[in-house]
Amino acid sequence: MSGFTMPSATLLAQSILSGVFVGALYGLLGLGLSLSWGLLRLINLAHFAFAFLAAYLCYQMAQMGVDPLLSLGLIVPLFFAIGAGLHWGMMKFQITPFNSLLVTFGLTGIVEALIQTIWTADFRKLESSYGEHNFKVAGLYVPLPELITLGLAVSLSFVVWAVLRYTDLGKALRASAEDSAVAAAFGINEKRNALLLAGTCSALASIAGVCLALGFTLAPSQIYAWIGVVFAAVMLGGLGRALAPLIAGIVIGVSEAVTMAVTAPSWAPLVSFTLLIAILLFRPGRAA
Amino acid sequence: MKKTPVSRRFTLLAALLSFAGLAVAQAPSGPPIRIGSTLALTGPLSATAQVHKIVGEIYIEQANKRGGWLGRPLEWVLKDDQSKPDLARTLYEQLVTVDKVDLLFSPYATGAILSAMGVAQRYNKVLVHHTFGIPSLVKYDMAFPAWSLGSDPANTVPNTLFDALAAGPKPPKTIAVVTSKFPSIQFMSAGAREVAKKRGLQEVLFLEWDFGNRDFGPIANRIKDAKPDFVFVGAIGLEGNLLLDAMKKIDYVPPQHFYLYPSPGPLVTLPEAKNALSVTIFEEQQPFLNNTGAADFVKLFRERATAAKLPDPSVEVQAAASYTAWQILAAGVAGAKSLDDKAIAAWLKTNTVDTLQGPLRFNGPGNYGEDLMRIKQVQNGHWTVVWPKAFTAGGATLQTN
Repeated sequence: MSGFTMPSATLLAQSILSGVFVGALYGLLGLGLSLSWGLLRLINLAHFAFAFLAAYLCYQMAQMGVDPLLSLGLIVPLFFAIGAGLHWGMMKFQITPFNSLLVTFGLTGIVEALIQTIWTADFRKLESSYGEHNFKVAGLYVPLPELITLGLAVSLSFVVWAVLRYTDLGKALRASAEDSAVAAAFGINEKRNALLLAGTCSALASIAGVCLALGFTLAPSQIYAWIGVVFAAVMLGGLGRALAPLIAGIVIGVSEAVTMAVTAPSWAPLVSFTLLIAILLFRPGRAA
Repeated sequence: MKKTPVSRRFTLLAALLSFAGLAVAQAPSGPPIRIGSTLALTGPLSATAQVHKIVGEIYIEQANKRGGWLGRPLEWVLKDDQSKPDLARTLYEQLVTVDKVDLLFSPYATGAILSAMGVAQRYNKVLVHHTFGIPSLVKYDMAFPAWSLGSDPANTVPNTLFDALAAGPKPPKTIAVVTSKFPSIQFMSAGAREVAKKRGLQEVLFLEWDFGNRDFGPIANRIKDAKPDFVFVGAIGLEGNLLLDAMKKIDYVPPQHFYLYPSPGPLVTLPEAKNALSVTIFEEQQPFLNNTGAADFVKLFRERATAAKLPDPSVEVQAAASYTAWQILAAGVAGAKSLDDKAIAAWLKTNTVDTLQGPLRFNGPGNYGEDLMRIKQVQNGHWTVVWPKAFTAGGATLQTN
């Protein structure tokens, strides 16, 4: 029974829908990471810690009666400031891309310990009115928190894509990433733009964190459970691209969900990592 | 003879002095007996380890008030193993060689206990352990279990469960077994599959997930699609809650459902957990409250757990196993009249110990005695024992959704 089984049409359709929803969250988590890595040349592992810290803050504010979506009004500016502050420190100490991986890994451990100290290692579940609402469309169940996540992921990805493609700021950011010396020669304030982008990446992480809190049970150790699959989505999509993490995330999410529908759930993580290895082997240019 | 005021005063003084003298005689004296252990005070297991810390503190306090052991006070040397079995091993070495404790006591959870057992074996120390989930791994003859799941729980526990279901209003004909790959869970789920097969239940679904699985939606979808009469969930901690959350999202309510080792507080408060079954060795109800030390301990634990803001202040499997472990070690020391580990082990092997769980013997493989696991069910927001009948209270019977 643990081998391959043929799923019913309903099970397959519901699984694909679940995969789209979880894939959207992969994409939303990967969006800031991809921009930071691709445009700032910083591999920010603390991105996941920030997302979880935001999730716990959302949980805490919900305990005090604040609507989870309204809590974004406080959480987003706070994390923008944290992200910009962190990047200011990185610039001050001239941290290289490889060292940024080590520094932000250490920071992740510190944030995990902080979360554990405040909220303990026990699981926390945000109970909100959003979790009580399900829609049934053509026999398929559509939970509201997941629908909100999908909506936010799609809209934010398109907004970031449009900003990067059509605005002077976006062009300046891409130019700095391409060749910072030449961009500076054209009068681009690289430092200011980098701080703005770093703050935005952390703000995006905090939005993903609120989505996490809406749909998932929280535990400090869960920070690490998301790193592998989101990295896979970012690398599969390509660095510094706004829409690619969302598309890649949905591809991975659907692949995992279908794997779980036809075989054992424990096989699902293999899908994302197999895709990651395949992309590194066959399309190294895209992942660089 | 008529007593004068002076003689009355003298009598009163004599009575007070004799009472004080008695109190002095009962107070423990001499160097403390140092009992060393670790607990997962930090890390992912810390939430449950807090229960064991509170229990240990209660027991030491009670024992010292009663005169200690062998007339000496008790001191608990407790270290934090950070939920890491490898660190637990190092710390138990320290407890023996640096802290030079007189006796060892159990850490929390199977991995750390296995580490501690290795150290205990190396130094010929008795180890009474409270939460070891895989009896077949116990190869040390001076290790004694306080969690009475028997020496073959993969066979006996599912049989108790299926007996309960067979005696219920809708004996299941089909079963879905979904399970975590967590070590002390996986072998029990495998046992449940075997027992179900032998008893003629048709298995319509078997799924495994890795411990730490994020997404239970697809598992809930598979269960709903398989339409089982009964779902056996090999869950530990919050996994049961996560699965029930996922089932709720697709409007699925399992007809009958069982969760192996759930976090008891969070599961019982979840509305979707209505009629969920699980296993227990102790609940705050009759006849368990008649067992040795139960009534006092339940009262004290509730006070301390409430003060410590634990999510569930009631005494159930974890707290009961922990307190039982202290009772076993105390009985061993008292029986052997010594702190000699070999003498304590010899006494425990040949005697019965009255505990919170009832009388325990250590006469089977791995020093495990009988399987005392009972079946409990979430009814009206509380855990209620529903099987065997002798352990139910107020006419409680198994309910179905």
